[in-house]
Amino acid sequence: MENVQKNIHTDEMINKIPVRLLKNKIYKGLFLLAALFTFILLVVLLARIFSQGASHLSWDFLQNFASRRPEQAGIKAAVIGTLWMMAVVVPVSLLLGVGTAVYLEEYAGKNRMTRFIQMNISNLAGVPSVVFGLLGLTLFVRVLFLGNSILAAGLTMSLLILPVIIVASQEAIRAVPKELREAAYGLGATKWQMILRVVLPSAIAGILTGSILAFSRAIGETAPLVVIGIPAFVAFLPKSVFDSFTALPMQIYNWTSRPQEEFHFLAAAGIIVLLVILILMNSVAVWIRNRYENKY
Amino acid sequence: MALVAFKTKEKKINEQAPVERQTVYSTKKCNLWYGNHHALKNINLDMKEREVTAIIGPSGCGKSTYIKTLNRMVDLVPNVKTSGAIEYRGRNIFSKDFHVEELRTRVGMVFQKPNPFPKSIFENIAFGLRIHGIKNKKLIHETVEKSLRQAAIWDEVKDRLHDSAYGLSGGQQQRLCIARSLALEPDVLLMDEPTSALDPVSTLKVEELIQDLKEKYSIIIVTHNMQQASRISDKTAFFLNGEVVEYDDTYTIFNNPRDHRTEDYITGRFG
Amino acid sequence: MKTNDGQNQVQSLLEKKYQNGFLSRGEKVIPVLLFLMAAVSVVTTIGIVLTLIVETFTFFKQISIAEFLTKKDWYPFSKTDASYGVLPLLVGTLKITLIASITAVPIGLAVAIYLSEYASERVRKLMKPILEVLAGVPTIVYGFFALTFVTPLLRAIFPSLEMFNAVSPGIVVGMMIIPMIVSLSEDALSSVPDSVRQGALALGATKWEMTWRVAFPAALSGIMASIVLAISRAIGETMIVSIAGGSTPTASLDLTTSLQTMTSYIVQVSTGDAGFGTTIYYSIYAVGFTLFLFTLAMNMLAQRISRRFREEY
Repeated sequence: MENVQKNIHTDEMINKIPVRLLKNKIYKGLFLLAALFTFILLVVLLARIFSQGASHLSWDFLQNFASRRPEQAGIKAAVIGTLWMMAVVVPVSLLLGVGTAVYLEEYAGKNRMTRFIQMNISNLAGVPSVVFGLLGLTLFVRVLFLGNSILAAGLTMSLLILPVIIVASQEAIRAVPKELREAAYGLGATKWQMILRVVLPSAIAGILTGSILAFSRAIGETAPLVVIGIPAFVAFLPKSVFDSFTALPMQIYNWTSRPQEEFHFLAAAGIIVLLVILILMNSVAVWIRNRYENKY
Repeated sequence: MALVAFKTKEKKINEQAPVERQTVYSTKKCNLWYGNHHALKNINLDMKEREVTAIIGPSGCGKSTYIKTLNRMVDLVPNVKTSGAIEYRGRNIFSKDFHVEELRTRVGMVFQKPNPFPKSIFENIAFGLRIHGIKNKKLIHETVEKSLRQAAIWDEVKDRLHDSAYGLSGGQQQRLCIARSLALEPDVLLMDEPTSALDPVSTLKVEELIQDLKEKYSIIIVTHNMQQASRISDKTAFFLNGEVVEYDDTYTIFNNPRDHRTEDYITGRFG
Repeated sequence: MKTNDGQNQVQSLLEKKYQNGFLSRGEKVIPVLLFLMAAVSVVTTIGIVLTLIVETFTFFKQISIAEFLTKKDWYPFSKTDASYGVLPLLVGTLKITLIASITAVPIGLAVAIYLSEYASERVRKLMKPILEVLAGVPTIVYGFFALTFVTPLLRAIFPSLEMFNAVSPGIVVGMMIIPMIVSLSEDALSSVPDSVRQGALALGATKWEMTWRVAFPAALSGIMASIVLAISRAIGETMIVSIAGGSTPTASLDLTTSLQTMTSYIVQVSTGDAGFGTTIYYSIYAVGFTLFLFTLAMNMLAQRISRRFREEY
């Protein structure tokens, strides 16, 4: 080995350390500040909405229909309408989403068709919701003559959240241990029996957690409803899925876009109702997640 | 035992050149806990410069924890507590005014698995200089070449310095990581089972390299391979359950251990 | 106990299976059924593309493509002098996207780096739900926030700002996409192996140097993909812009005045009373198609970038 003399001055490098540490500290401070910003953002957002809307929240507000007079306006039709819409969205999107996930994870071969479907799903997830509205307007409202009904809106929303449910279900199904499947096969179960009795029960928690998050997205989405032409001013309750209706975000949008401030307060109150529903749903999702987290 | 004869010869070579060596690391009553787990118990060790000190012991004995404590990489584990002192050239490494960055500049480390950066071979070596604010291009080029030569990998990579380091074989990657540490011209080189992930040929190359490097660097090496310890080290410490059972000349440890547990371990009765 | 139950279930199923042989026919029908379900998502895509193309084609029968692409004015509602040049809507979208990116990219990356490199496990556990909630807030709520809080706040600071402007919705769209950038960038950062980080720290690097010179470059393609995806989301964002951006299509680059984006134009027409079959009705499909092409291109770009990223490790 050649004898090398030192050409690096360790002491010089050591002397620079305090400056480098200071730089590190400054950056850390900036990053912390950014993290704090998101926290403050959330606090301000919520505080603002609650301070504006809380005083307008009342039993009457929940019980009344829309009205041109802000003090009489309520949110009943919107809440009931949203529930009706979700009565379409939940079964349709869950069935299609889980079915697709089971097909892709359990039946589909590793071929071009599968890759195409998979790529198609991830591209679909990136399509703006307003474009789904245009699809709904043409396909459901016009071509299938559903009008601006609960069914038209529900089907549009189902397609919108389908990619989210598929991906969540795929992950949940993939997480089911191999041994469980093998045990079922070992006892002579057919594939479908194995899926129905072993895979789906094990994956159900993951599927539900992901799906509930997708449902909350459907509840809050506004743009597709606007495009489909869902009215905001509705003074009756729907009787079937073919009836016209209004939904919470439509009602909020309508109040927000009015110039009078009084309606803004109503919008804030409506947002509180919307957020409470979403928080409840998310709590259920978290509860399911925690309950089943340590299963394996 | 042919092995013992080989060791004896090597020992004699070392004895032919007795030099006054200073202590680089002096560990005094050092304890370490991971949460409630007492991983290092009252360690007392003095390590000399320009020697190869091997640390052996069964897995879980604390040897890896100890070497990671020497450059305070162990700080990265959450809930670590230490007591006592480890003095590097007379300065307690746990003291507040001894920055870990300084310690790690003076003390290089080679890990169990080669961990090159996802950068070019050249940038892997230049990294250390760049973070320390060295911008002189000529100096960087010289140092990169010198370090690669020292790590005996220059001839293999000189034509592809700007290719990704991930294209190298495992053994080459490990020598690259050694070169990466050498670029900062450290005082001590810590090696945590540096050959455990390598094939026998690469292992041999790294062992030869260690023999070369000890002329200039103090080397502390953790190994689970007792033949390796006997082949390359001057001193050997035997760890068991977080304690130092025996620390002595490698020759003594392998031929004339005082403690029966050491004897049991090196004769393969456990571990 | 659980496995025993599972076995009993399977065994009872077995007996049933032997008793009536129709289950084996089900075994053949079910994959076909599931395949049809999977086909729905493909059909949806085809439906979207077909809808947009057919209706856009109808639009181009009335208004030439050349006018749509080259004219510089967008006055569809003018009774006498209607003009359909898409440029003002593109400029509006661009302004919003730009402000949103300027807001969201630095903050999003900073939070991602903070969470993946600096934060303790406890802070991470605290921050994650905050980001999840922010990501789950409906855009209509963000729109309300922009109009009733951010705009008045900005106008108090810059009195020249109009009631409807690009800055307020731009910033709020940025806030909306922050969680997306954080979550995807953090995933990219945490997929960088810890051993590589340790290699840098063992050479005496500070955390910042390790992050900036090793972790960040290693995760760069994943981070880029997250930014591209977030920008694509900003381009398609509808309600925030409709509520706080106004409805004045303009090709001017002025950020303080009312504007219109592709999305907010679609909303304006949808809430107005332009009847089915009019040129205005078909124009929303032409605009929607343009929007779709933009977001599709961004999403494919993001996928391409992140695929390259996966090959690295």
